[in-house]
Amino acid sequence: MLKIEDLVVAYGGIEALKGISFEVQEGKIVTLVGANGAGKSTTLRTIMGLIKPVKGSITYRNKDLLKEKTQNMAKAGITLVPEGRRVFSNLTVLENLKLGAFCRSDEKGIKTDFEWIYSLFPILKERSWQLAGTLSGGEQQMLAVGRALLSRPKLLMMDEPSLGLAPLIVKEIFRIIQEIHKQGVTILLIEQNANAALHIADIAYVLETGRITLHGTGNDLLSNEEVKKAYLGHKAAK
Amino acid sequence: MTLNLFLQHLSNGISLGSLYALIAIGYTMVYGILRLINFAHGDIFMMATYFAFFGVIIFAIPWYISFPLVLILTALLGILVEASAYRPLRDAPKISILISAIGVSFLLENLATVLFGGVPKPFPTPEIFTSMVKIGTVSIQKLTFYIPVITIVFLFSLFYLIYRTKTGMAMRAVSRDHETAKVMGINVNLIISLTFGIGSALAAVGGLMWGMKFPQIAPLMGIIPGLKCFIAAVIGGIGNIYGAVIGGFILGIGEIMIVAFLPDLTGYRDAFAFILLIVILLYKPTGIMGEKIAEKV
Ligand SMILES: Nc1ncnc2c1ncn2[C@@H]1O[C@H](COP(=O)(O)OP(=O)(O)OP(=O)(O)O)[C@@H](O)[C@H]1O
Ligand SMILES: [Mg+2]
Repeated sequence: MLKIEDLVVAYGGIEALKGISFEVQEGKIVTLVGANGAGKSTTLRTIMGLIKPVKGSITYRNKDLLKEKTQNMAKAGITLVPEGRRVFSNLTVLENLKLGAFCRSDEKGIKTDFEWIYSLFPILKERSWQLAGTLSGGEQQMLAVGRALLSRPKLLMMDEPSLGLAPLIVKEIFRIIQEIHKQGVTILLIEQNANAALHIADIAYVLETGRITLHGTGNDLLSNEEVKKAYLGHKAAK
Repeated sequence: MTLNLFLQHLSNGISLGSLYALIAIGYTMVYGILRLINFAHGDIFMMATYFAFFGVIIFAIPWYISFPLVLILTALLGILVEASAYRPLRDAPKISILISAIGVSFLLENLATVLFGGVPKPFPTPEIFTSMVKIGTVSIQKLTFYIPVITIVFLFSLFYLIYRTKTGMAMRAVSRDHETAKVMGINVNLIISLTFGIGSALAAVGGLMWGMKFPQIAPLMGIIPGLKCFIAAVIGGIGNIYGAVIGGFILGIGEIMIVAFLPDLTGYRDAFAFILLIVILLYKPTGIMGEKIAEKV
């Protein structure tokens, strides 16, 4: 569905991605794990068209994605839950969700999706008139995910959806990611919480300072010694 | 001071405040969406009055056709200014775009001087606005009443657009976060153009009524109103549209009342805005309606 080849991205001469290639197959959960500064967010932002790469190609359903503007991605079925949530804090919860559906005009479909999102995140319905900036961190994350889902994506990219959330909420978020996946949405997930991500991922890639050093199924990497040492911490390595 | 006289001053203040409010909104909208002080805004206001002069006097198009045309032309001018002088610099350091704004301001002032001449021209005020009405013992120009009414109509339309329509929602989203707005599928450039168009059209409404109230137009006439309305926007809390309206009225009514109550200070009339600005900056730098804006990362 999405194919990245030899992607190089630089910030003012410093290469953040040094030629990475990977693939996201339709219907799968794919995860990119890696330490801080490895280039995970850069990868997603480049796919989204927010950064222009130095070289390489990104193809989505046989289309050259590098030619598309960010503003057309949602219509093409690609969306991003950005790092740090980035809800529109000056807008209400309801308006944020409506913006998720900005590119759509199928009123009926939007209505059904609203019901689906409210069933995933009942709190968003309760808080629909509250300004998004006044939600708690976890609620904002739910809003960011709900907003992304309202574009009815075929490919949903998530940049650290569990960052800064309490363990119970993290669990909930991961449960919901799986539920979204069951609805037929392909997922490209970035996580610091490698353990949880690898458990739900079909395919996983390890990104280290701009290079992909390992890949395999989620289970493969869970049992990989190096991954255990570097990303899963002592608890999993025991 | 008799009640009659007071009311007369008050209605004067309200109509001046209306004009300030209309112009101040343009500053605040552009600031909200680009974090830019559009120094050319006062000159766009000036250009609107010349468009009216050309439409009505030179081309002899009736005012009720000319004036709507003026709004459209002024909106287009604002859009053109953004697209040519600000858009190419959007990712450059903030100071570059600010300097560009000052450049556009000088350009418009000098262009107007060259094209239209430095000698003030009369503003073509339609008869129906200038005729007088008698209330009790005082007679007041109808314009004094029309101005606030027209202003309110435009303000309501603006608020409706911004808070009740999908486009308005997109404008508010863009003003918070360009990137995420793009991710949502919003055409950010289009929204920014629209913002300049609307801000400039409102300045044109202000300009037309200004021209009727003070029926002489000149290439540099936009400077002082421009500055004052910028101050009005800051007093209200720049970036906040309600703030711009409130700031405009405070300034307009305040100015008129100072002159009314302290005639000795008439010469200092223009200083009032600046003193108010200093006071606000000292005691509430974010303005009356202003929120703390976290610096964009
Ligand atoms: N706008 C920028 N300008 C300059 N350098 C940048 C910029 N954004 C990212 N970088 C650099 O690029 C590298 C990769 O950053 P990126 O944000 O992609 O990392 P990440 O894997 O998402 O890390 P984290 O897990 O901390 O979010 C880092 O070294 C970072 O400092
Ligand atoms: Mg990141």
